[in-house]
Amino acid sequence: MKMRFYFMIGALIAVLFASCKKDNYDAPEADFNGRIVYKGEPINVQYGQVNFELWQAGFGNYSALNVNVSQEGTYSAKLFNGDYKLVFSPNQGPFLWKKNAAGKQDTIVVNINGSKTMDIEVMPYYMIRGATLSAAAGKVNAFCKLEKIITNADGRDIENVSLYINKTQFVDGSNNIATQQISGAAIADLNNLNMSVTIPGITPTQNYVFARIGVKIAGVDDLIFTPVSKISF
Amino acid sequence: MKKTNQMKKIIYAFAAIAFLSFAQSCKKDSAFLDKQPTSTLPIDAVWKDPNLVLTVVGDLYDRYPDYQTIEAWYTFTDFDEGFASASGDYFRHQNLEYGYDAWRYWDMGAYGYIRDLNMFIKRGQESTALKAEDRDRFLAEARFIRAGVYFEMVKRMGGVPLITTVLDYDYSGDPSYLQYPRAKETEIYDFVIAELEAVKTILPDNPSVQSRATKAAALAMESRAALYAGSIAKYSNSQLTLPGGEVGISSSLANGYFTKALAAAKEIIDGGKYSLYKKNPNLSENFAALFTDKGSNPEVIFAKDFKLKTNKAHGFTIDNQPRSSAEEAQGGRLNPSLNLVQSFEKLDNTYASMASVDGSGNPLYYTNITDIFAGRDARLAGTVILPGTQFKGKTVDIWAGYQLADGSIITGDNFGQNKTNVLPGNAGSVQVVGADGPVDGLEFSAQSGFYVRKYLDPATGSGQIGTRSDVWWIRYRYAEVLLNAAEAAFELGDAATAANYIKQVRDRAGLTTALTPAQITFDRIVHERKVEFAFEGHELWDMKRWRLADKVWNGSNMSAADFINSNNIGSATRTSTQVFGLWPYKYYNPGNANHLKYIFKVIKPSRVTAAHRFRIGNYYSSIGQDVLNGNPKIVRNPNQ
Repeated sequence: MKMRFYFMIGALIAVLFASCKKDNYDAPEADFNGRIVYKGEPINVQYGQVNFELWQAGFGNYSALNVNVSQEGTYSAKLFNGDYKLVFSPNQGPFLWKKNAAGKQDTIVVNINGSKTMDIEVMPYYMIRGATLSAAAGKVNAFCKLEKIITNADGRDIENVSLYINKTQFVDGSNNIATQQISGAAIADLNNLNMSVTIPGITPTQNYVFARIGVKIAGVDDLIFTPVSKISF
Repeated sequence: MKKTNQMKKIIYAFAAIAFLSFAQSCKKDSAFLDKQPTSTLPIDAVWKDPNLVLTVVGDLYDRYPDYQTIEAWYTFTDFDEGFASASGDYFRHQNLEYGYDAWRYWDMGAYGYIRDLNMFIKRGQESTALKAEDRDRFLAEARFIRAGVYFEMVKRMGGVPLITTVLDYDYSGDPSYLQYPRAKETEIYDFVIAELEAVKTILPDNPSVQSRATKAAALAMESRAALYAGSIAKYSNSQLTLPGGEVGISSSLANGYFTKALAAAKEIIDGGKYSLYKKNPNLSENFAALFTDKGSNPEVIFAKDFKLKTNKAHGFTIDNQPRSSAEEAQGGRLNPSLNLVQSFEKLDNTYASMASVDGSGNPLYYTNITDIFAGRDARLAGTVILPGTQFKGKTVDIWAGYQLADGSIITGDNFGQNKTNVLPGNAGSVQVVGADGPVDGLEFSAQSGFYVRKYLDPATGSGQIGTRSDVWWIRYRYAEVLLNAAEAAFELGDAATAANYIKQVRDRAGLTTALTPAQITFDRIVHERKVEFAFEGHELWDMKRWRLADKVWNGSNMSAADFINSNNIGSATRTSTQVFGLWPYKYYNPGNANHLKYIFKVIKPSRVTAAHRFRIGNYYSSIGQDVLNGNPKIVRNPNQ
């Protein structure tokens, strides 16, 4: 009886070990991270709204790996070693991506062999310059200038400029407690934009808010933002 | 002696068995092996009997696609027309954006369906055994359904490969001859219009045929398709085009499509066989009955019918009946939003928010709970079960609690909860919340303050799981034909004709002050379709074709201020990204003139956490990666 018991335990261990070996692949280990930049400056976007695609040929059905870009314009992915093609699909981001001769979105070849850091250069429609955000007398006041980067036929107008404030560090059109908007038609001088929004009552009380400015470009889904700044009052 | 006799018997018996079995094996192999299956009918046998063909057509009708339908109540909550008061569906208000693959209709199912339709048409054309009139009607029905399927595809996907013959693979290893490119968006619309124009004279012109294709059904679909194509052309957006024309229609074609839409609608109207449903002098009851009355209903042109005691019954009433009078311990799932409710205009043709507070923000007090909704479009009470109104003869009990003189709220967290010693000067047990809620976060309670009424079956037992409901799903009705005609006429610059058609629909809703031609605007037409066709599956496609969807669902969150003394309710571009509700409270202040009167508060259900965002890439659903991998000629839709 004892004999059989030991035998069963032995068999069980053998089975468990065997299955550990066979079923499991190694997890992807290479880190691929960096920022989305224009001339070294990161492009700030809305949380969870901008992503790029990585394509790898040679493994069965062809489909994309989506990599999300964070609010601050950084990204990070765990990948297997190999050759990938990186592309932004045409709807993504407040920027233009370079096109190939056929007029399609061009790809960048990325070779992953161990961890890699790479800044991805894009061409934004506008950049927000010299933004200042400050609190005074129960309001958040903002100032910024806008520089039109794409001035040729691909350039686009501004639909509106908004100042958002929120309780948490996620600040955008969908996550805010108050907003002030200037429509594109009402902008007289791109170098002198002033906005101000009253801070509403917050429960539970906190003596700070997070704020940033977002620019909606006509016909472009994603907004370009200033970095989130925490403002105490 | 006796023994041999027995022997003989045995020998005879063997001989008989051997003889029988030889006789059996004398038959040819094929006669023995080739047997007709008993469970399926061979094709040529079907095409000898019209009743058998009808069963095949029945299957083809059954597979006709709908996106929003009473068989899937939750689809009505995705676009802020309603709130999903069911714990498994709160996510519909917590997703910021619509997936690019949402409402995609291009898969094995869709093209398998088209293949079956093409096969049916081919076999019908080859068959000789049926009477010509029977055969022609079946073929016309199949072409009607096929046109409907292509219309459904083009409105969701843009141009798709137009396959009108049966394609077969030859197993040569080279499938490239089966790889068709996408047709232009206009080509699909033109195909749909031409097919319907061709079959309308073959189909019966009989208004009592409502669940099968008729002349009017073909014309109604034609007018809708042409109207969609016309507005896509007119409101074209340079971003929503592809160089090959797979997506996008040139604005120069707009008037041609509007003319066709108007002509098709007029042919039904001038035919005089259909009319608006006006059986009940109570206009709200009448509007509700329009959807549930299946006995000689003159308004219904084409519907998906259901039948009790078969497996073709549905649970819309079970899912959505008022919780307090429900026939099962469930219901109340679909809660119309305040966004929709306040859109119903006042009887003097003006728009106004529900008057919960006066101009300076003080609450208004109402003696009866229904008073706040008085003097509105009769379709409001026909579409929505308002607090204090009745369903199946029972009054719903929707109120959120007591508000005391100091502004504090006494309420409960379960249906019709009682509490003891909570009201000042009353130590007894009192009910502190309605038996239908609203209780925030409690599923099946009226979390927006309203229950849906449209399509809710008044028959006894319709709310029981064992019985279910046989109310039909109306795909085309006469009111739409009138509004299609009005819109097409308006777009063609004929506001007087538009005003005349709109008047008929508005008269039935009790809005008897007719709009003058000068008052007919694009925003008026958008508004009229919104309130007439709420919960009928038009909203998404209408907003898409007018290119308003990215403005209405723009991803910006809303606040209660947007629902209080609002001045842009009639605006076509008014934001509607989050569901809001209106909760009645009883004011408790003994001795005060307003004691036990009702006050109302605009609220946002706490389960609504994200603002819906319709991106430019959502106008045309993405094409599956498997389709793109399988056919290199397919181009992607724009902005995805």
